[in-house]
Amino acid sequence: MRILVCVKRVPAPGSRISITADGLAVDTAFLGFTTSPHEECAVEAAVQLVEAHGGSATVLTLGPAEAEEQLRYAASVGVSNAVLLATDGADWDPQRTAAAITAAITAIEDRDGVFDLILFGNESADSGGFQVGVRVARHLDRPIVNGIKGISIADGIATLERPTDAGQEVYELTMPAVAGVKEGINLPRYPTLKGRLASKKVQIAIIEPSAKPGGQVLVRLEPPAELTTSTTMLGNGPDAAAAVVDLLEELGVLR
Amino acid sequence: MSGAVLVVLEHDRGTIAPAALEALTAGRALAAQLGTTLEALTVGSNGDSLVADAESFGADVIHQAHHALLTDYNPEAWGEVVAQMITATQPAVVLATGTDRGNEVLAQAAARCDSAFVANCLTFEPGQPGGTFGVTRVRWGGSLIERATVAGTGTGTGTGTATGTGTGTGTGTGTGTKLLTIAHHAVDASPAANPGAGTATVFEARLDPSVARTMIVARVERPAGVTLATAPVVVGGGRGVGSADGFAPLQSLADLLGGVVGCSRAVTNLGWRNHTDQVGQTGTRIAPDIYIACGISGAIQHWVGAMASKKILAINTDPQANMVTKSDYAVIGDLHQVIPAITAEIERRRAT
Ligand SMILES: Cc1cc2nc3c(=O)[nH]c(=O)nc-3n(C[C@H](O)[C@H](O)[C@H](O)COP(=O)(O)OP(=O)(O)OC[C@H]3O[C@@H](n4cnc5c(N)ncnc54)[C@H](O)[C@@H]3O)c2cc1C
Ligand SMILES: Nc1ncnc2c1ncn2[C@@H]1O[C@H](COP(=O)(O)O)[C@@H](O)[C@H]1O
Repeated sequence: MRILVCVKRVPAPGSRISITADGLAVDTAFLGFTTSPHEECAVEAAVQLVEAHGGSATVLTLGPAEAEEQLRYAASVGVSNAVLLATDGADWDPQRTAAAITAAITAIEDRDGVFDLILFGNESADSGGFQVGVRVARHLDRPIVNGIKGISIADGIATLERPTDAGQEVYELTMPAVAGVKEGINLPRYPTLKGRLASKKVQIAIIEPSAKPGGQVLVRLEPPAELTTSTTMLGNGPDAAAAVVDLLEELGVLR
Repeated sequence: MSGAVLVVLEHDRGTIAPAALEALTAGRALAAQLGTTLEALTVGSNGDSLVADAESFGADVIHQAHHALLTDYNPEAWGEVVAQMITATQPAVVLATGTDRGNEVLAQAAARCDSAFVANCLTFEPGQPGGTFGVTRVRWGGSLIERATVAGTGTGTGTGTATGTGTGTGTGTGTGTKLLTIAHHAVDASPAANPGAGTATVFEARLDPSVARTMIVARVERPAGVTLATAPVVVGGGRGVGSADGFAPLQSLADLLGGVVGCSRAVTNLGWRNHTDQVGQTGTRIAPDIYIACGISGAIQHWVGAMASKKILAINTDPQANMVTKSDYAVIGDLHQVIPAITAEIERRRAT
C-alpha cells in the first residue's frame, strides 16, 4: 500500500488576522505556522492505513523552504517519505498549485510506482479554494470524492463515508483513488519523542515546481466588516444567575 | 448579447437545497447587472420537480439534464454535465451553491474545462476596467475577505487543453464562462417580484460509463432530532471547562433548554468531546437563538462558526477574552460556579 498526503503550511492566527501593508498576504510577523487542520487528519488517516495494511506513507507540500517544519511534523507521527515543492513563499493559485503537484506525482510514480491512495484536505484553511485535489485527480484520471470522514480499504477498493445533513453517503472507489478528507475523521496523535528524533533523519526530496499561473488572481485582502457589539454585563460569578435567567425568558428560549 | 447566468440547482434526489434558492437570488441580480437572462440547470430526472422553484425565482429557461446514470448525486457525473452545458450554451457565468456539493461539482466542471473556478463568492463586480471580472470571496472560513479577478473558460493554464468556450487573453480577463459559487448565507433567498413562466427543456447528457465510479453505493439515514446546526440553544464549552467530566453541568443546562452541547477545537483535540460537537471553521456553523459560550477564548476560527447566532452570552473568568468583548452579553466568573447557579435558578422558577 503506497499512500500520498498533500498538506499545506498555513499561519495559526489567534483572536484576529492582520494583513500586510500591500494587502496581499496575512501578516505573519508574530504568528506560528501549522498544517491545515483537514490535512493533519489526512496524515493521521494515512499513517493508520499503513499500520493496518503495510506499505508506506509519503507527505508532499508546495510552499516555502520553511514548510520543512510541516513535513517533519508528519514524519514525526509516522510518515516515512517527504517531498517539498519549494516556492518563494507567495501563495500559488489553485490551478497552478494543482498543475505543479500533478507533475511531481507523475515524476514520483514513474520512478517508484503508483500511489494506491492520494489524500487531500477538503479545503485549505487559508485560501479555501475547494479544488486542488479535484484538479489533481482529474489530471491523473482517478476518481475523487470530497468531504470524507471515514476510510476503509479491502480488495483494492477504498470505501469512503461522507456525512451530510440527511445522514451518511457511502462511496466505493477502485484504487488507485483520491479522497478529500475532513477534520473529525480521526483524532491526530501527538508525536512521541522517538518519532521526533526519527523525523530529523527523514530525507526531504526537493523539487523545483514550475507551472503557469491560472485564472484566479488575488487583488487584495480585506478584513471583514466588524460587527460593533456593545457587551451587556450581566454580573459576576453565580450572583449573575438571576439576570441570565431573566434574559433567557426574554429571548423566549425558556419553555 | 452575452450568454446567460446559469445557476446549478443543488438537490438531493429531488429535494432542493436551501442554498440553491440563495444562488438563484444572487444569479438573478447578476443577470440583471450583466443585462442577460437567468437560466437554471437541474441534474437527473428526479430534479425535474425543481421547475416551479426555479420559475418563482425568475429563471427564464430551466435545463433538465437527463441520463440513466443520473439517479443520485455523483460528483464526477454532475461536474461532467455542467462542463457539457458550458460547451452547449456558452453561459456568461455558471453559479452554484457554496456548499460541499456545489463547490465539489464546480471544481469537477472547472477541471474538465481547464478553467478557473472561484469558490464562496460574496459579491460580483463584472466589467472592471480592462474587461476583468471581479469578485469578493471568503477566506479563512469568513475571517478574511479576498478581492480577486477571475478568467473565463478558454484561457487555458498550460496543462491539458482548454476545451471551454471563448478566447480570453491573459489572466483575469477573458470572455469565456466564469465558474463561481456563492457563499452560503451571503444573500437571503427571495423570489422574483414578477416571475414569468419558465421554459423547461431537456438536455440529453452524454456520459461515459466511467463516471459511475463516484456513484453513491449506500446511505445511512440519520435519526431525527436536533443537531448542532439546527438547535435553538447551544451551550458551548472550551478549554476552561477543564475535563471531559466538566461538561456534565453544560449538558444539564442544554437539556433544560432543549438545546445541545457544542465545543471548541481545543476540547476536541484534548479528546474531551467528539468532533461532531465542534463549532467553527473546521467544525459546524451554528445559528441558535442563543449561544452560551463557556470558557472559550473566542479565537477567530471559533468565532466564524458562532457569529450567525442571534445572541451570544459569554461566561469567562477573563473580561478581556475575545469571546467576551465580541458577545452581546457576558458573565465574568468561574463557569463551574456560574452554570450550576443558572440551572438551579431555572429549576427554582419552574417549581414556583
Ligand atoms: C486553521 C485553523 C482552524 C481552526 N478551526 C477551529 C474551529 O473550527 N473551532 C475552534 O473552536 N477552534 C478552531 N481553531 C483553534 C483556535 O485557533 C483556538 O486554538 C481554539 O478555538 C481555542 O479553544 P478554547 O477557546 O477552548 O481555548 P483557549 O483559547 O485556551 O481559551 C480558554 C478560555 O477559557 C477561559 N477560562 C479558563 N478557566 C475558566 C473557568 N473556570 N471559567 C470560565 N472561563 C474560564 C479562559 O479565560 C480562556 O478565555 C482553529 C485553528 C486553526 C489554525
Ligand atoms: N500548497 C499546497 N501544497 C500541498 N497541498 C496543497 C496545497 N494547496 C492545497 N493543497 C491540497 O489541496 C487541498 C484543497 O486545497 P484548496 O483547493 O486550496 O482548498 C488542501 O486541503 C491540500 O490537501
